[in-house]
Amino acid sequence: MSSKETELALKEQTTQLSIEGAGCASCVGKIETALKAVNGVSNAEMNFADRTVLVIGQVTSEQLISAVESVGYNAKALCGDNENDALAEKDQADKAYYQKLIRDTWLALSLGIPLMAYGLFIGEMTVETDLERFSWLIVGIVTFIVMHFSGKHFYIGAWKSFKNHTANMDTLIALGTGTAWLYSMVVVFSPDIVPLMARHVYFEATAMIIGLINLGLALELKARGKTSAAIKRLIGLQAKTAKVIRDGKALDIGIEQVLIDDVVKVHPGENIPVDGIVIEGHTSVDESMLTGEPMPIEKKEDDKVVAGTLNKSGSILFKATRVGKDTALAQIINMVKRAQNSKPPIGRLADIVSAYFVPTVMIISITSALVWLNFGPDPVVAFAMVSATTVLIIACPCALGLATPMSVMVGVGKAAEAGVLIRNGEALQTASKITVMILDKTGTITEGSPKITDVLLTDESVGTIDEKQVLQFVASIESNSEHPLAQAVVESAVAQKIDLLKVENFNAVTGYGVKATCEEKELLFGNEKLMNERSINIASYVDKAQSLAKEAKTPMYFAIDNKLVAIIAVADPIKADSTEAIKRLQRNNIRVIMLTGDNSDTAAAVAKKVGISEFFADVLPQDKANTVKALQKENEVVGMTGDGINDAPALVLADVGFAIGTGTDVAIESADITLMRGSLHGLADGIAVSKATLRNIKQNLTGAFIYNVGGIPFAAGVLYPFFNILLNPVIAGAAMALSSLTVVTNANRLRFFKAKDH
Amino acid sequence: MIIINIIGLALIGTIIWWFWLYTPKETQVRNNEIIIKVKDGVYTPSHIKCAVNEPIVLNFMRHDKSPCAEMLLIPEFSISAVLAVDKSTKVALTIPKTGEFEFHCQMKMYRGVLKVE
Repeated sequence: MSSKETELALKEQTTQLSIEGAGCASCVGKIETALKAVNGVSNAEMNFADRTVLVIGQVTSEQLISAVESVGYNAKALCGDNENDALAEKDQADKAYYQKLIRDTWLALSLGIPLMAYGLFIGEMTVETDLERFSWLIVGIVTFIVMHFSGKHFYIGAWKSFKNHTANMDTLIALGTGTAWLYSMVVVFSPDIVPLMARHVYFEATAMIIGLINLGLALELKARGKTSAAIKRLIGLQAKTAKVIRDGKALDIGIEQVLIDDVVKVHPGENIPVDGIVIEGHTSVDESMLTGEPMPIEKKEDDKVVAGTLNKSGSILFKATRVGKDTALAQIINMVKRAQNSKPPIGRLADIVSAYFVPTVMIISITSALVWLNFGPDPVVAFAMVSATTVLIIACPCALGLATPMSVMVGVGKAAEAGVLIRNGEALQTASKITVMILDKTGTITEGSPKITDVLLTDESVGTIDEKQVLQFVASIESNSEHPLAQAVVESAVAQKIDLLKVENFNAVTGYGVKATCEEKELLFGNEKLMNERSINIASYVDKAQSLAKEAKTPMYFAIDNKLVAIIAVADPIKADSTEAIKRLQRNNIRVIMLTGDNSDTAAAVAKKVGISEFFADVLPQDKANTVKALQKENEVVGMTGDGINDAPALVLADVGFAIGTGTDVAIESADITLMRGSLHGLADGIAVSKATLRNIKQNLTGAFIYNVGGIPFAAGVLYPFFNILLNPVIAGAAMALSSLTVVTNANRLRFFKAKDH
Repeated sequence: MIIINIIGLALIGTIIWWFWLYTPKETQVRNNEIIIKVKDGVYTPSHIKCAVNEPIVLNFMRHDKSPCAEMLLIPEFSISAVLAVDKSTKVALTIPKTGEFEFHCQMKMYRGVLKVE
């Protein structure tokens, strides 16, 4: 099973309900039994402590809620709005924890700073007289109290980890500060067993390290909160209530109670609560928060609206089509969350290293102490103690561990803000390395909806028929045809409110065009071959038709009673910003190639217009995949952009498949990266963000590795034989606290990255 | 000095054995559900045995307010969850293959293993 399949298989259909009215443990069985009886439920487990029940199975929230209600309890689905609650709870918990860390910091520093100042400016921190022994004993006890109140979590964590046969940051801090304190207490209680020169106490180191590391954790907590700003913003888009019309009455209900097919009313200035289709009214909707599309989108009857977007101008009624966790917004949130926590391959080395890191540091610390004891100058015991402690304190597994996930979290969120959904860390990393970008023409570079661009009357027809009448005739014939271009002709007529006429004797000739009679006239509509077959003279207009083809249009001839009347050109317009977006890709040294099933004249014309020099025309879907393969053989990292339907094989085969969406109607699961708006700028934005994120990860990893690889020998005292320098454990403590803070702060820099400028 | 060196080397040996060579005892998932306490830098239990293709629910009870404990990741299956403080966070999954799969926090300080047989 591939990882993608496994991921989908594991995307369990689980629904979590919050239960109200369950007052005793016996309710649990009743509720579980009711839920398990629902068709499609494979398991239901209730957690009585938090009054929630987790249901596994292919079933809707509404079915489950009514099953719970049938046995006398109330239930609501935990999704959407509850994310808001969870977020608020998390913020509150983080705030309380931050305040605790700050209190711990001040307590420890209020002892550590005066002690350090004493050692630096007033006197020696040594034990020589009985008075000094007594004084330092008091300080030792006070330090112990500080260790208990400000550093308890490190010691308990270290002990629990130890019992669990694991080691973590707590282990290092506890060992480092504990060693310094124990050594100092040995000096205080039994100075005789320590050489005279080594009768130094390190209580200030213990207190300062605890204070600084708590301070580092507090600052890190603040900075981490900012890394999840993007997901918080998405969750915040979810409305909490919806106004639904049931039995002719308008009801304000919780979002989780909205059912499919409910009629929902939205006033100007309100967020759309669930996905649906407009059934009444007209408005403009700001979808920028989801798609990055800056212009409001006009919405009228039969248009889709999506949850989380903002209704701007008019009141509308719409029918709910997707609710709860099925809305596009809920799926986007889910996808962004998953991607934010997935790791790109670049982070694997750090993962391997961090798994062995702490015990290795402990071994280095012991080795360093032994080396000092065996070969160091006097006082060897003090040197050994200081070096062992400093090695433990300077090593920072957190910086290594945080280097990748923090940047991914910010980068994926940043991309989502631009309407670019990245499936996972691997896609993020590969996107940053793309060397070739293949673009499908129809629907990717062009709008994907052909339109009539020109109706040119022949000189002979001018005055006898007008353009509207021509359109009426051809649309009337084409309404019988299934050809893709026929739809464009009919749509143009409908858009101009032209009534279609009744046609008879309709006949479609594959590869030529169509014939029919209408109002006793014989109508012919098709290409040059059709006209030649009927010996219709088109000689004077062939040049005109060719020049239309060179403008990426498909020219067709229209004749009445064997006389040429008009040339009608149909074209799929190029998206307004495709050219600029393609230029952005090329500026970033990405080779852009266009693939299309269209003829080479049209392909050449489109390619020329958008500034692409390499293109392949008349390409079948399976050949698109072959093109991807061929480029990969040339060691190119291939990105493929398509609409996700015709291009599926090529999208899957490409190193990174980009599915281009229209509005918010996106195939979220279909590609590595999904562009939520039709614009190709999303492509350039996505690649720019992925490059910036990878750059940020590399900076973090380099910093973390250099710091740990370079810092540890420095702490162990390798510089001492040459420069008489041995690092102070307090400096090491400050450095440890700063290292992970630096990583988080550097990741936060990505929040200010402007993809549009790249 | 010899004694000190021997003690030092013995400590190094103990670290290697304790942290890398020792195999901790595993806890079997019963009735398809297990509660995992998230506290003081460790998951308890941290080594969990379960059956392949059986739906299981891992209930993470997070008591540690430190942000380190916040995120749970099961990278093999692209699962991630934000663990609420002092509440149970359920992670439901059916593992389709046998093997040992790590679950851990973002920094890999909290670590556990799902052994699937």
